Amino acid sequence: MVKRFKEKMIHGLFFFNGLLVVIVLVGIFALLVFTSVPAFMEISLKEFFTSTDWNPTSYVKSSYGIVSMLVSTFMVTVGALIIAIPLGIGTAAYLSDIASARVREIAKPVIEILAGIPSVVIGFLGIVLVGPVIAKVFGISNGLNALNGAILLAIMALPTIISISEDALGSVPKSFTEASLALGASHWQTIIKVKIPAAISGIFAACMLGMGRAVGETMTVLMATGCAPAMPRGFLDSVRTMTSTIAIELGEVPYYTTHYYALFGVGLVLFIITFTVNMVSDIVLHKYKVKVR
Amino acid sequence: MKGYMRLMLVAALTFFLCGEGHARDMIQIKGSDTLINLVQRLSEVYMGENPGKYISVTGGGSGTGIAALLNGKCDIADASRLMKSKEVTMALDAGITPKRVVVAIDGLSIIVNENNPVTQLTVGQIGKIFRGEITNWKEVGGDNKPITLYGRQSNSGTFDFMVEMVLKGDHSSRMRRMNGNAQIVEAVKSDGTGVGYVGVGYVKTAKGVTILKVASSTAGPYGSPLNIEDVKSGKYPVTRPLNQYVNGNPTGDVLDFIKFELSSEGQRIVEEEGFFPVSVSQEYVNFNKETIGH
Repeated sequence: MVKRFKEKMIHGLFFFNGLLVVIVLVGIFALLVFTSVPAFMEISLKEFFTSTDWNPTSYVKSSYGIVSMLVSTFMVTVGALIIAIPLGIGTAAYLSDIASARVREIAKPVIEILAGIPSVVIGFLGIVLVGPVIAKVFGISNGLNALNGAILLAIMALPTIISISEDALGSVPKSFTEASLALGASHWQTIIKVKIPAAISGIFAACMLGMGRAVGETMTVLMATGCAPAMPRGFLDSVRTMTSTIAIELGEVPYYTTHYYALFGVGLVLFIITFTVNMVSDIVLHKYKVKVR
Repeated sequence: MKGYMRLMLVAALTFFLCGEGHARDMIQIKGSDTLINLVQRLSEVYMGENPGKYISVTGGGSGTGIAALLNGKCDIADASRLMKSKEVTMALDAGITPKRVVVAIDGLSIIVNENNPVTQLTVGQIGKIFRGEITNWKEVGGDNKPITLYGRQSNSGTFDFMVEMVLKGDHSSRMRRMNGNAQIVEAVKSDGTGVGYVGVGYVKTAKGVTILKVASSTAGPYGSPLNIEDVKSGKYPVTRPLNQYVNGNPTGDVLDFIKFELSSEGQRIVEEEGFFPVSVSQEYVNFNKETIGH
């Protein structure tokens, strides 16, 4: 009797914990929606989503367009993925198929430590190391730009991409590899033509999760991209992402003003982007689990 | 028993009086981050010389300090800008008469790379450069090279100062927004085409950059922020008063502290912290006399 009661209690506790996460998520979403709605009493949706001018504290006329920061976020994220995906999948393939057990034992924890480096430290590297190198290589006056942000975000997204891709490659049945090798395919052909296609949904999910990490990153891009609010003209131009705009302005904004609500609007857009990215990766990952069995 | 009661009463009374006295001596100061280090130094020295007096200094920005003064949450509000007319109206509505004291003068230095041949600009040219209307150094007598702008982020009082006093408009959206004064100095040091603005305290000893001479018009004369005589005579125009706001003409401990800030000892600390003493402007000296009644 007592045992059953205890069982029920524990059952309830776990149910409550699970529910709590959902409540928090819904709560954050509701807060963002309710706090950003008043912004659109004053700003037209058209301005918000089509203007490239964001200057709420303007001396002349306040403007609230998020296009250039959307483009900025998009640029650093895509740039990061272009660098991180080939590197990440390559590393994952190496770890799962080529590396000896000893190398793997050392390399895996090291990669996981990389994930634990605080973003402010990565941002610092962007200022003192990556920035000057970019300036020198491209012969430009200053290295705080979109490329710098993309390189740093790639470093931050790599551990996620490597670790999940490696899991995916590892769970491809051994018989696939054996069959391929038995048919006379080389090791390289086996990895490229058999294993990676078999694990593709897991790898895709890994890349999406890495992307989610890159989209929401704040401190690194705030420090390393120069934060000029103008519409970027290329990867060697300074950019200001949605996250850095919120970080810079929310500290000084007078509460309950249009500017304040508009920042929550930016936050809402950001939340929807990361939520979608994470959900897509989750769906794909789930599908993949079923398929391999 | 009666004696015991009396003892209790005395103890209670003493405790009460001490508590009361303590609360009355505690001066709350809040506001500008530009001023916080200076006011903290001033209050430490003041407390050291006046045992039993307590001052608490916190930052949060000029706006935060002014809001706290309006809510009666602080005795002195530090502000690196003037109160806006809207804030003054709100204060009067709340039954508060804001009075201003100028405690120090801040000067902004405009810096370029040491290899840049440009050594002087007018306020008008600086405005055009940072508004993005002049984009090549040759337009102001330099090489035929594009100008790279370095400034602060919009949460900085220095950014506001540039907007209100120099640009009279918005910063170019191409300007890189740096995290702090030191980052601007470093960026300009390594960028041959860069120009930036920083507080005078940050560049007095900096190497690799040229601190520009500035004039209010093309006719000159050009003044340097490094030369206190130029600041005194108004030859160097990029300066601003750093203010403290109080409710009504100050009295008691608040007045005592403000007098200390304006004393020769207080003003020496002002200079040590990289600002100019109020005495560089006779206008502000007279202004202060009216507020504190001397």
